[in-house]
Amino acid sequence: MTRQPVLIVVVAALVAIGRLPQVQAQDRGNAAATPRASAPIDFTGYWVAFVTEDWRYRMVTPPKGDYDGVPMTAEARQIAESWDAAADEAAGNQCRSYGAAAIMRVPGRLHITWEDDRTLRIDTDAGTQTRLFHFDAPPAAPGGPTWQGFSSAQWERPARGRGAGPETSMAGGSIKVVTRMMRAGYLRRNGVPYSENAELTEYFELSPYPGGGQLLVVTAVVEDPRYLRQPFIVSSQFKKEADGSRWDPTQCSARW
Amino acid sequence: MGSNAVLRKMVIRAALIAVLLGAATARAALGQVDLAGSWAARNNEILAGDGLPVDYTGMPLNDEARTKALSYSESQLSMIERQCQGWPAFYLVQGPFGLRIWSEIEPVKGSVVSWTIGAWEDRAPMTIWMDGRPHPSEYALHTRAGFTTGAWEGDTLVARTTHMQAGFLRKTGPPSSDLATLTTRFSRHGDILTVLAIIEDPVYLAEPWVLSKSFQLSAMPVPPVGPPCMSTFEGREAGGSVPHYLPEKNPFVDEMTRKYQIPREAVLGEPQTLYPEYRKKLKAAPPR
Repeated sequence: MTRQPVLIVVVAALVAIGRLPQVQAQDRGNAAATPRASAPIDFTGYWVAFVTEDWRYRMVTPPKGDYDGVPMTAEARQIAESWDAAADEAAGNQCRSYGAAAIMRVPGRLHITWEDDRTLRIDTDAGTQTRLFHFDAPPAAPGGPTWQGFSSAQWERPARGRGAGPETSMAGGSIKVVTRMMRAGYLRRNGVPYSENAELTEYFELSPYPGGGQLLVVTAVVEDPRYLRQPFIVSSQFKKEADGSRWDPTQCSARW
Repeated sequence: MGSNAVLRKMVIRAALIAVLLGAATARAALGQVDLAGSWAARNNEILAGDGLPVDYTGMPLNDEARTKALSYSESQLSMIERQCQGWPAFYLVQGPFGLRIWSEIEPVKGSVVSWTIGAWEDRAPMTIWMDGRPHPSEYALHTRAGFTTGAWEGDTLVARTTHMQAGFLRKTGPPSSDLATLTTRFSRHGDILTVLAIIEDPVYLAEPWVLSKSFQLSAMPVPPVGPPCMSTFEGREAGGSVPHYLPEKNPFVDEMTRKYQIPREAVLGEPQTLYPEYRKKLKAAPPR
């Protein structure tokens, strides 16, 4: 036996041994770092809604009675049948279709920033709403219900990792957000209701877009034992924009 | 010499232990997102857009696509040679059906050779090859299902489909060419599976078209196969003309505008109608 094979084995051993502390150090680092510092992907920036689905339910206000696709209870249908945009406006409820359970379907732009190391903030120009995603937070905070409710967030990191072969990359990850304590609002602009007991679970993830762009994909699951017979599940996509030059805040409107 | 032998043994033992530890770590890190199962479609969002003969809302069509789409008559489906053209691979996210997904395993290494998404009544199954094989030559046979390869990006399975026959982007007429490609991303979050489809067509799309749809894991089995689309006589004799509408003669072009007061440019899939600015334009001059 020459010395060369021995050297190869030693190098292989060192490489293999070296991986373990590296992986462990990474895990320790992630555990100690703040949600902002340990973010596996970057959601910050300006995003514009790309309305390729449900166009006639989102870009215009659908007529009363047009509820295709929503698994409404009989009680919800009764409420929707009495929808009155003018009455909502008069009562100061013009933001009913801009609540957390519906806002990601409203055509508009998002501005995503870190409020602090543990809070991701989403501002919308349509309806000028603000959502706060609290990482490492309890499921709900004291206080009354609001349009955007209280959102608890956590990172979902890829389970797959190095050594998985050339066809696999570590890219990815997502945020899971659970929102409760929402004021009763509308899933669709024509009065399809959700109640204060509704719970919203969302998954935010990114995808490349042809030509070097990026897509934000938001999957939303609304559960409402009062007004929904089964979960209401929709997914929405946004394109990344270079800057905020097209940011155009508008107030909530019950009529439009 | 003796000490060298001892040293060699120690190094080899250390190496073996290290390799075993490394393998265990890699295995743990590898994990596996299992997509297999029956995924029910809840259809809470409307993606098919086939309720009216002319509804291209939400589509970034170019002028050529729009012109060709408006020439389409659904009577073409009575022609034997055209009966199966309406259900390309894109229909995976557009149609109302659930997904049945399973994998084929390499028997020795245990690696996944392919994922299969079972057929529906008219859509062919999608086989996603995971074994690194290349896509065929651009001159190879194009089929309704096309040819699909896949790779994992983190926990997301990314599939790319090429070699699809020319057909429809939406089964009411907006066309797709045989140069169209489909990138599909499968992301599982517990019992929710989100499928993102990015459709590119240099011939008929002004920009990539993006659709997403979520499915819910179901204990009720989704059938893994459906009866294949089989052409049959539907009363139209062979020969003669192809049913169509001449330019400006499609009788349904204003039906959606009349029913929902949606401007024609949106009905016909003008790309600018897919962005919030267009909604503000409508607000300034409401259609109703």
